Amino acid sequence: MSSSKDAILGAIRRGLRRGPLPADQRAMLDGRLATHPRHLIPARSRVSRAEQIALFVKNVEKEFGTIERVPDAESVPAAIADYLAAQNLEPRFVMAPHPELTGLPWDRRPMLQLEARRARGDDAVSVQHAWAAVAETGTLLFPSDPARPTTLNLLPETEIAVLRATALVGAYEEAWDRLRAERGGAEPSGGFMPRNIMFVTGPSRSADIEQTLELGAHGPRRLHVVLVEDEPAARTLLSEVADPRPEAAREPVARPGEIANPAD
Amino acid sequence: MVALTSPDFKRRAARALADPRLQTALKRGGSGFHSKRSQAVAALPEFERLRDIGRDIKNHTLANLDHYLEAFEANVLANGGQVHWCRDAAEARATVLRICQAEGARTVTKGKSMISEEIGLNEHLEANGITPVETDLGEYILQLVNEPPSHIIAPAFHLNREDWEERFRAAHTDLPKDRVFHDRRDIMVEARQALRSRFLAADVGITGANFLIAETGSSVIVTNEGNGDLTQTLPRVHIALASIEKVVPTLEDCTSLLRLLARSATGQDLSVYTTFSTGIRRPGDLDGPEAYHVVLIDNGRSNMVGTDFHEMLRCIRCAACMNHCPVYGVAGGHSYGWVYPGPMGAVLTPSLVGLDKSGHLPNASTFCGRCESVCPVKIPLPKMMRHWREREFERHLTPSTIRSGLKLWAWFARRPGWYRAATRVGMGALALLGRGSGKFRRLPLAGGWTGGRDLPAPEPGGTFMARYAATQRRR
Repeated sequence: MSSSKDAILGAIRRGLRRGPLPADQRAMLDGRLATHPRHLIPARSRVSRAEQIALFVKNVEKEFGTIERVPDAESVPAAIADYLAAQNLEPRFVMAPHPELTGLPWDRRPMLQLEARRARGDDAVSVQHAWAAVAETGTLLFPSDPARPTTLNLLPETEIAVLRATALVGAYEEAWDRLRAERGGAEPSGGFMPRNIMFVTGPSRSADIEQTLELGAHGPRRLHVVLVEDEPAARTLLSEVADPRPEAAREPVARPGEIANPAD
Repeated sequence: MVALTSPDFKRRAARALADPRLQTALKRGGSGFHSKRSQAVAALPEFERLRDIGRDIKNHTLANLDHYLEAFEANVLANGGQVHWCRDAAEARATVLRICQAEGARTVTKGKSMISEEIGLNEHLEANGITPVETDLGEYILQLVNEPPSHIIAPAFHLNREDWEERFRAAHTDLPKDRVFHDRRDIMVEARQALRSRFLAADVGITGANFLIAETGSSVIVTNEGNGDLTQTLPRVHIALASIEKVVPTLEDCTSLLRLLARSATGQDLSVYTTFSTGIRRPGDLDGPEAYHVVLIDNGRSNMVGTDFHEMLRCIRCAACMNHCPVYGVAGGHSYGWVYPGPMGAVLTPSLVGLDKSGHLPNASTFCGRCESVCPVKIPLPKMMRHWREREFERHLTPSTIRSGLKLWAWFARRPGWYRAATRVGMGALALLGRGSGKFRRLPLAGGWTGGRDLPAPEPGGTFMARYAATQRRR
């Protein structure tokens, strides 16, 4: 095994016309890994808090997700019950065993049947805890955790993500820094990563059949976000906020069932 | 292994041009990819600057590739995973098989992976009694029809709806024979249902990797369907296959490249699922694999480092080059005869399988330059195809007719007086012969041109140089 490693590294070094890097250069590269400098962050998300939240909402909708804003966490059970009813779905779901979800007043909607566990192949609906979201592209972030099983993002046909507005950031880089701060501590480089961190932008889809977009390939066909307005800026009406995206960024590049025009 | 048919490029391309079903599929897909990418680029004013950044990140990584690969390995180990360094396809196949056998695996699910096609993994697993199940919708039907992918991100690009229906009826025999597929969605839902039990039953899940991250020891996959995530989450064992040039230093570096990847590929801001996998399931986790193996594959890449083809190692496999290539657009992916079609394949394939077997590919270009102009990491693809043509000539792989033709042309090109005289005579003759219709349907020595189109006859009035000289005199 190690002989293959040596052969590969040797061939790379021969190609680069040098031997193993000297200690000072290695230290410089390790320094780059430790400081992980940021590159250009698009201006789109460098806007006020209210605009970031509006940007997130619009991007979720552009990617065929749906979103409902509720004034506080106590309103989440009702919002979920009403959503399921409106979609003609049974009031039954599997939920992330996260304290922010298990602590909600579910008894106010006694019709709801919920189980806090990982998902199985036959679960129709999941309620998941969104650890963060990125306004730039309307992306939800789900780091795996005992309280946030990955299967909830994948197996059910409908996923409902509960997101607190205060957990929303503008760009991916801010989420990385938050992850490092929350989970890093004294651990070695990279130790802050969970087994899985999923960036989810809209419901599952495929265009493999005749390059025509269809929703619900292997993952959820519906992605519904319940956004808890736990900061004042989140309560700003969308109509009062400018859309920082250029015109071309406001429409999806393809719509479900829309057939590409062969004559084009 | 995807059978290498690149030596047969000319015949396969001619057959593709005469295949009306394939031409329909190519036209439908091609225009869609163009408009989606251009909309995505228009939507992000910083896109051009991001291309420079992407190029620079990859250049920095390649200049220190040995260091970053070792850092990556150390962080995989620190998170409970294993790294297997493999020099070539045979070693990679044997490694994957050994892991599967140690687990007593009977079925493995697979996410779409071009390196898996490159090393011929499925055939090797099958030969050893293990059933590989492709789960990407496009790869799934290709496994049913026993065909290789024709596109690196849309593997079933060449198939039409009738092909899908036909094949699904033949494969899913437990369903009613007279069922109706009302639309494409019905086809997709049938695949979803057929594959669900395979996902849940698999012992091992094998994915590719769009990126490896040195800082964290993570492998990253980018999908829209969610099949890759089911593949790497449900089975006990996750194997990630990755070629050595997939590594990038940090999460921030990866993030910048992700801003380019989906926009260049499908025109999305970000693919639906971008997932960073690091090590094994953590204590208390309710799901995720108990073993994580990264199979790190060279298979010819290290020989490209420091050569004229070094910059090809920046490629992030977005497929923008083939989506914008006029040759790919009519010849289709299968004509190229191996795993990687289009301009990136025309550069990469000779590096990996040898120029003697794939010399047609770098010649299958008009050098229009669109591939380079859309490449998210600015790979000079036409320049590298030219390098291959030069080598082909130097190694005497070029057919003798072309060699003598080029020599003849070179003789004249070095003697401007003779050149002008010869073109004056030739043009005059062609203008005279073609004065009736203004074009030639057939012409001796020009069958390659007139086989597919007419050759316009020169207009009377002399060569460009003669007319230019006349204008100068008049002034």
